[in-house]
Formats: sequence, structure tokens, C-alpha cells
Amino acid sequence: MNTPSLRRRIEEANSEGRMARIPFLTAGFPEPSRFLALLRELDENGADVIEIGVPFSDPVADGPVVEEASRRALEAGVTLPWILESLRRVSPRLKAGLVLMGYYNPFLQHGLRSLAEESAKAGVQGLIVPDLPLGEDGELRGVLEDRGLDLIALVGPNTDAARMATYAEKARGYVYVVSVMGTTGTRAALPPEAEATLERARGVFSLPVALGFGLVDPGQLAGLKNPPQAVVFGSALLRHLDEGKTAGAFMAPWLGAANRL
Amino acid sequence: MKKGYFGVFGGQFVPELLIPPLRELEEACAGLLPARDFQEELGGLLRDFAGRPTPLTLCGALSRELGFSLWLKREDLLHTGAHKMNNTLGQALLAKRMGKSRLIAETGAGQHGVATAAAAARLGLGCAIYMGAEDVERQSSNVDRMKLLGAEVIAVRGGSRTLKDAINEALRAWIVEQADTHYCFGTAAGPHPFPTLVRDLQAVIGVEAKAQIRERIGRLPDAVVACVGGGSNAIGIFHPFAADPQAEKVRLIGIEAGGSGEPGCANSAPINLGRPGVLHGQYSMLLQDPYGQVLPSQSVSAGLDYPGVGPEHAYLASEGRAQYEIVYDEAAVRAYLRLSEKEGIIPALESAHALAWVLDNRQAFARGAQVVVNLSGRGDKDMGIVARHIRAKGGTA
Repeated sequence: MNTPSLRRRIEEANSEGRMARIPFLTAGFPEPSRFLALLRELDENGADVIEIGVPFSDPVADGPVVEEASRRALEAGVTLPWILESLRRVSPRLKAGLVLMGYYNPFLQHGLRSLAEESAKAGVQGLIVPDLPLGEDGELRGVLEDRGLDLIALVGPNTDAARMATYAEKARGYVYVVSVMGTTGTRAALPPEAEATLERARGVFSLPVALGFGLVDPGQLAGLKNPPQAVVFGSALLRHLDEGKTAGAFMAPWLGAANRL
Repeated sequence: MKKGYFGVFGGQFVPELLIPPLRELEEACAGLLPARDFQEELGGLLRDFAGRPTPLTLCGALSRELGFSLWLKREDLLHTGAHKMNNTLGQALLAKRMGKSRLIAETGAGQHGVATAAAAARLGLGCAIYMGAEDVERQSSNVDRMKLLGAEVIAVRGGSRTLKDAINEALRAWIVEQADTHYCFGTAAGPHPFPTLVRDLQAVIGVEAKAQIRERIGRLPDAVVACVGGGSNAIGIFHPFAADPQAEKVRLIGIEAGGSGEPGCANSAPINLGRPGVLHGQYSMLLQDPYGQVLPSQSVSAGLDYPGVGPEHAYLASEGRAQYEIVYDEAAVRAYLRLSEKEGIIPALESAHALAWVLDNRQAFARGAQVVVNLSGRGDKDMGIVARHIRAKGGTA
């Protein structure tokens, strides 16, 4: 079996004339018993990559929706070993690529080498660690690359050109562009700095660019002259699921004509 | 050593969006802080506004009982009642020189919030204080003081609704507001450069204490003892001794809060009872479960009630340059009462932890030894807590 890389998955979506779709789901939210079913539902409804949130007690880059989802997942007993074991069972049946997104301490306490090894076995292809910026990321990056996993770079409106260039030298997979000076959470409209940040990132990175933080529906991207290669949606999906609605219904608007490159 | 590290401890484990304001602060620490005119203005504020130097007081009655000399460095006499003001005046002045118009800060019990609000008022800066919703209720008089000083108090309802969640929320706010706002971090912890900046601003405690004890007894003390929560008062008094090769014989003793002392109780003693981990931007000792989730801390003293500790303390412990011991709630309350009765000084429950270790471990010091305890704050704020503690134990207060 030849699994396409994260980069390849996004490029394939783009070659179909659309942005790649990357839903974010906090593992075990709204209930641990639904985790595998929700992954399959996202997979069947057009996810190209699924970012799986590893809950942490102190998520400083997250707004209230993801924070609350993490709190509830932890209360329900979700742990990193449980997540890896669940993914190991379900991933052979998924088409979408899998990425773990979580804060550094749970990964560190698990042990970086076993994390890389067990992630690879669980079908995970990359990690996003929002509190591990350039300069602190060397050890994890090395350990992940030994197992063929990508450490995905995260850049924002205030990341200057020199720093973006340093990220670009090491980056793999895709580049996560934070649309706003803020935490995760939905916003009615994309702030003006989002487009400028996207442009700058595109100028520096040869990898596909994914836009995240604040997205609800494709209408928000209508004004962009140059849309990103991929979009990430987290808080809006979590809220939608918590209201008892299906993952399929959330994904539907992203499957239509509005999602065009 | 890697930049921003003390041995293996320290670092900058923050979202990418916080790297630019931390770099801006690093540059200000290197460029503005050491300049003569900055130091002169800060020195003037510390002297004329905050009341430095603070005295070094010999405890006559307790020294006779103990058989050695017990000295107190009197940070309780500093404006707003604790050592916190050394840090907030320095950071407020730095923020102003950096062109920031506003301070934000976290607070647990409220001492750092009050000290930040006072410094902001004095220097004409706006101020917002993040405080766990639970602490807002428990510490209502400090909330009133902050408001009186012109600060906005924001109750944090996420997480465990205490100090660590207030820090999370202040960090989130700083991501949004960094253009015109400085985050006035309250202790010698957090991402680089805060551990170094706060230490350097608090080192005035140790610099003064060293000169004062030399003047009084003609030599350095045998031991310096301080309580450790995040660790700013302790690193402030330790650093001038730890950095001086001629002071290598001076024992440095940090006291962590052990909580109730029941087996397996929640505590605030990460150096003794935690493992290395990452929280609030730093790699240091941390109270955490086997999966790396941060555990709630506990102590009768709100100022020590924190699951982490500054990275330089973790380093001094790993190097054996300082020793770290545990004192439980009960012993701290006894020391609080004893100092009040015997010496006419009501210590903060935080500082009472340091004092308690000295009072309960007299065998650790030779006869005639000279021991300095950092009395980091005044204890009027704790009268209600102490009375409740005594009642709960079946005594009268």
C-alpha cells in the first residue's frame, strides 16, 4: 500500500480544482464512544486530512470552544494512549490523512520516541504542537522525521519574513496559517490581515498553505483573490456536533461549488 | 547554556504569535533596562514611592529561644504589603519606555494584581487584571483595592478558575493586545525572558540583605531561607548569593507549600513532589498526572498555590546549590501566630512557611548561626483564613 503524504493529499484536492478540507475534532468529544464513528463520518463526507485534538488541561492557544471540548474530553477519561490505540484500529479503514494536534507536555510525558513510533503505527502522518515554536522544536522534529512523520509549522500575521524563511527550511507536510491575532474560535468575517499573511506565506513556503482559526463556512473566503490550498475548521465543527447535529451536515457546504480554487 | 535556559530548565514554549512580543521584551531587557537613566528612575520610584530599602530586623525573643540569630528581610514593609512591587514598578517603567500604554497581569490571591494596579496608576498606564472566578470571590478585598487603583478586574471562568487559568487567559489576551499592551508577569517563571527579568528586578532584596547583614555582623549569613511558589521572592534574595563565588558557603533554603499534609494530598511542592514538564511557556518542575495533565495545586497560602515553579529554582535544586523543603499548612499557621505574638510582626502565610521551617528545624543550624528569612509580605490579609483554619482544627481564634 502506498499512502499519499499529507502534502500529496492536499495537492490532489487542488488538482480537482478545490481547496483541501481539514476538519479538527477534539478526541473523545462530545463522547469518547463516538470517536471512531465521527472519524469515519468526516472521512466519508469529504475530509482530506483530519486533525485530531489531543486534549490538554491548559490550552493557551485555544478559545473557549476548544478549551471546553478539551476539558470535557479529559473529564471523560481521554488520554493519549487511548487516542493512539483508537486510531490504530480505525485508520486502515480511513481514506483521509491523520494529524495529531496537541500541546507539548502530554507528548513529552508520553516519551517522544514512543510517540513517534506509536503514531506511525496508528496511521498518523503529522503533528501540530501549538506551544512548540521554532527554537524549541528541534528534538521532536528529529524524532518524528526518523519515523517519516511531519512536524507542521504554524505561522501568523506577526511572523516576520526572516522567521517564516527559517520555518520554510525545515517545514514538511503543509503550513498552518493562523488567520488572526487571537486564539481558536469562530469569527464572522476574516480579518484584513489574513489575506496579507496568506500571501506572505505563499511567497516563502513551497508547501501547500492551510488557513485556520475562525472559519465557519466557505462564504467567508469569497472575497479572497487567492484562496489557500486548504482550510481548517475546528470550533465551528465542535459546536455543531455539541448541538447534536451530524458531521456530514457540517461538511456539506464545503463540498459544493463555493469551494473552488 | 542555551539562551533562556538554566541548565535544562526554562525555554519559550508559547504559541508562535507570542514570539514577537517576547522578542521585543528581550530587546528591551538588553537595551533599556541596564541603562543608567532607567536604573536611576527605577531607583527613585523604589525609594520614594515604594519605600526601599526595607529594614533587616533581628528577632530578639525568637533568637534567644532558638540559640541562633534569626533575621527578617522586611519586604512586608514595602508599599502594597509584599515584595511584588519591586517587579511591577520595574516592568511598568520598562513597558512605558517600550511605548506601551497598558498593562495586563494575572493574579491569584490578588497581591500581584494590586501591585500591578498601583504601578500602573503611578506611571499613568491602563491596567487589566485576570483573576480566577473562584479567587475573585475568595479575595474580594483585594478585588476592591485593584478597582480603587483604577484597574479593570476580569474574572476567568475557564479551567479550574484559579491562578493557572488566570495566566492562561492573560496569555490569550496578550496574543490579541500585544501591540499596545505589556504582560506584567508576576513571578520568576513563564517563558523567557520573564524568569530572568523578574529575578533581576527582585534581586534588590538580596543585594540589600547582603549589604545589611555585613554591616550588622561583619560577615555573610550562614543561611538564607525563603518560601517558593512561583519563586520570585526566593530567587530575588537567593540570586545575589548564588551568583557570588565568595558566598558559596551560604546555604540557600527554599520552602515549598505541602498543603494539608494528609497522605497524597494536593500540594504546591513541584520541586519535591513533581516531575519536569512544560506549562506556561517553561520547562520546569511541575505537578502533573501520568499523562502530562496539570494537577490542581493546594495550599492554605494562596500566594504559593501554583502547580509549577520558576526554572531557575529547578536548576538550583538539580545542581544542589539550593535545597528545597516542604512545610505543611498547620506549621505555617503556627509560625504565623508565633511571630505575631513574640516579635510584633504579622507575616504573610506565604512567608510563614519559610519561618516555620526555621522554627521547626533548629537542629539544622549551629549555635550562634546567622539565619536570614525573607519576610516576603505582611499577613493582615490572612487573618480570616487563619481564624477559619484554627476553628476547623477545633481551636479558638
